[in-house]
Amino acid sequence: MTTIIHPDHASVTRAPPAKSRPAWRGGGLSDRSIAWLFVAPTIALLLAINIFPLIWMIRLSFTSLNLSMSYLPLRFVGLDNFRDILTDDDVWARLQTTARFVICSVALQVIVGFGLALLINRRFRGHSFWTTIILLPMMLSPAVVGNFWTLLFQPQIGPFNYLVSLFTGVPPSSFSMTGEVALAPWTIVLVDTWMWAPYVMLICLAGLRSIPDYIYEAAEVDRASPWRQFWSITLPMTVPFLMLAVLFRAIEDFKMFDMVNLLTSGGPGSTTELVSITLKRAAFEKWRTGYSSALAIILFVTVFGAANIYVKALNRVKQR
Amino acid sequence: MCDLIIGDSQWIGGAAENHWYVKLNDFFDKEKISMDDFVPATVVGYSEWPKNTPNYWALPAMADAVGWTYRKDWFARPDIQAAFKAKYNRDLAPPKTYDELKQVAEFFQGREIDGKKVYGAYIFTERGSEGITMGVTNVLYNYGFQYENPKKAYQMQGYVNSADAAKGLEFYKDLYKCCTAPGMTNAYMQEGLDAFKSGQVAMQMNWFAFFPGLYKDPNVGGDKIGFFVNPAGPKAHFTQLGGQGISVVATSDHKDDALAYIKWFAQPAVQQKWWQLGGYSALKAVVDAPDFPKSAPFAPQFLESMAIVKDFWAEPSYAQLLLDMQKRVHDYVVADKGTSQQALDLLVKDWTKVFGEQGKTVASE
Repeated sequence: MTTIIHPDHASVTRAPPAKSRPAWRGGGLSDRSIAWLFVAPTIALLLAINIFPLIWMIRLSFTSLNLSMSYLPLRFVGLDNFRDILTDDDVWARLQTTARFVICSVALQVIVGFGLALLINRRFRGHSFWTTIILLPMMLSPAVVGNFWTLLFQPQIGPFNYLVSLFTGVPPSSFSMTGEVALAPWTIVLVDTWMWAPYVMLICLAGLRSIPDYIYEAAEVDRASPWRQFWSITLPMTVPFLMLAVLFRAIEDFKMFDMVNLLTSGGPGSTTELVSITLKRAAFEKWRTGYSSALAIILFVTVFGAANIYVKALNRVKQR
Repeated sequence: MCDLIIGDSQWIGGAAENHWYVKLNDFFDKEKISMDDFVPATVVGYSEWPKNTPNYWALPAMADAVGWTYRKDWFARPDIQAAFKAKYNRDLAPPKTYDELKQVAEFFQGREIDGKKVYGAYIFTERGSEGITMGVTNVLYNYGFQYENPKKAYQMQGYVNSADAAKGLEFYKDLYKCCTAPGMTNAYMQEGLDAFKSGQVAMQMNWFAFFPGLYKDPNVGGDKIGFFVNPAGPKAHFTQLGGQGISVVATSDHKDDALAYIKWFAQPAVQQKWWQLGGYSALKAVVDAPDFPKSAPFAPQFLESMAIVKDFWAEPSYAQLLLDMQKRVHDYVVADKGTSQQALDLLVKDWTKVFGEQGKTVASE
C-alpha cells in the first residue's frame, strides 16, 4: 500500500500493482548511483568547460600574466588589476557607451517589437506570411548582418544613403553612417533593432495571445473604448512578457560584440567601442590576460547583479 | 602547427624573447649565409633582436615599405596639366614633399574626369588592427616624430609628443579631411586597392607588395599607373617599413627540413626568381644588380624607399603599443577628439605604462 499526500491536503490511497517487476540494479548499483552515473558525464563536462575556466580566470585576475610576455615571471598583484580598471577613465567611458547602447537599443526594440506584435495579433489575411518575413532578420548570423549593413551604409554605393537622399535631398555621399561621430552610435542601435525587434515581437505576441478573450468581451459589455482596453487590459497583462524581453535583450546587448565589431570596429575613434570590444582587445590583441580576466569578472558581476535585481522586480510584477 | 613562419617585423622581439623562433646564428655560420649580403634595413627590421645586435632570428624574406601610386594618365593630360599650372604656377608632377602632395590632392578632390567625380588621395585610416598607425607614421617621421631619445632608450617625452610631431599629426588629419573619398573612416590595404582600381582616387598610399598586381591591372595598370616614394616632410625623409622575415618555429618537429628550406631560399638564383615572380627580395645581389631599376616600373622607388625605412616598435609588447597608438590617432584624426598635442601626450602616457609593465625603466626627461 502506498499513501500519497495530495497537494490539496487530500489523502489518496492507491492499491499496489498486481505484480511489481523488480527494478534493474546494474551490477548491484542503487537507483541513486545509476542516476549519478548518468549525470556524471554532463557534470564532468560542465566542470571542465565552465567551472574550471571560471575558477582559473578568477585566479588569473590577481596576477600580472601577459601572454605576449610569457617569459616574464608571473607575479601575484592582488587587487591591482581591479583597481587599474576601476580608476581608468577609458574603461568608464566604454561602460557609458555600452549603457547608452543597451538603453537605446532595448527601448527601441521594445517599442517596435510591441508595435509589431499588436499588428500581427490582429490576425489579418496573410499574417502568417508577414510574421515569417518579420522574423527573418533574427535568423541571420550577426556576422552576416554586420557585413551586409556595412555595404548598405557605404556612402558612395550603399542604398541606405541613396534612400535618405531621396527623402531629404541631402547628397548621398555627404555623410557616413558608420564613420561619423554623431551617426555611428545610432547606426549600431538601428541595426541591432532591425535584427532583434522581431524577437521582442515574438515574446510580446505570446503575451498578447495569453490574454483570455472574455476579458475583452467583458470590457466591451462595459463599453470600454479600444484605447481604454489597451491601457487597462492589454498593457498591464503583457508587462511581465515585456519585462522578460527587456531582460533577455539587455543581457544580450550588454555583451554585444560581433555585429558592432564588423560595422564600426568600435570607431570612429572609440565612439562605438562597447566594453566587450575593449575586453576582446585587452585579452586577445594586447594579451593582457590578468587584466582582462579582472575586467571579465567585473562585467560578469555587473550583469549578474543587475539581472538578479531585475528578476526580483519581475517576480513582484507577476505576483500583482 | 607550422614549421616555418613568415613573421611581421614587429613580431621579432616577442618571438625572440619568448623563444618561439629558433635563433639562426649557428645555422647561418655553418651554411655561410651572411647578413651582410642583405639590405641593411631588412636585416635590422626582420632578423635582429635586440635591434642593432648580431642576433638573428629570421632570414629577410619579403622586403616591403609604404609607397604611393598615382594615375599617370591623369597627370599627363594637357587640360589637367594646364589647370594645375594655372592654379599653382608649377607643373603637375608626382609630389616630392607632403606639402606638394596635399596640393595635388586638393587639386584632384571633387574634380570630374571622364564624367566621373574623383578624389585626391587614399590614405590608411583603419581602426581595428594597424592601419591608421602604418599610415600616420609616414607623415609623423617626416615632421620630426621619434619613438625615443636616440641617446636614452625608452625616453619618449619630447620625442613622441614633440611640437613637430603634433604638427605632423595635424597634417595627416588635414589630408584626411580635405582630400579623401567619402566613407574612408576605417580603410586599409584592400579599401585602397579598391579605390584605386575603381578609378576613384588620383593617388594611393599602400604597400609596395601590392604594386606588381596593380601594374598588371587591366583598367588602371600599365601606362596608366605611376609610382613615387613617400614624400619628404619639413624635418626628415623616411617611410614606414613593412615586410617579413622567414623563421623556424621553435616547437617544430621538422626543424632540419625548415632550415634546409631557408638555405635553399637564401640562394641568389632563388632570390632572383623570387623577385621575377612578384616577391620582393632583400638580397643585395638582386637589388643592387645594374639592371634592377629597369626590371620593374616600381623598382627604382622600391630601392629608394628601402634606404629610408623606419619601423614601429618591435618590442614584445608591440601589440599593446600599437593598439594604444591606433586608439589615440583614430580618436584625433577621424573622431575629432581633442588636439594633436593631447593625442600624442596621451600616447606617451599609454606607452610609459606599457613599458613599465614590461619592466623597462622609462626616463621622463
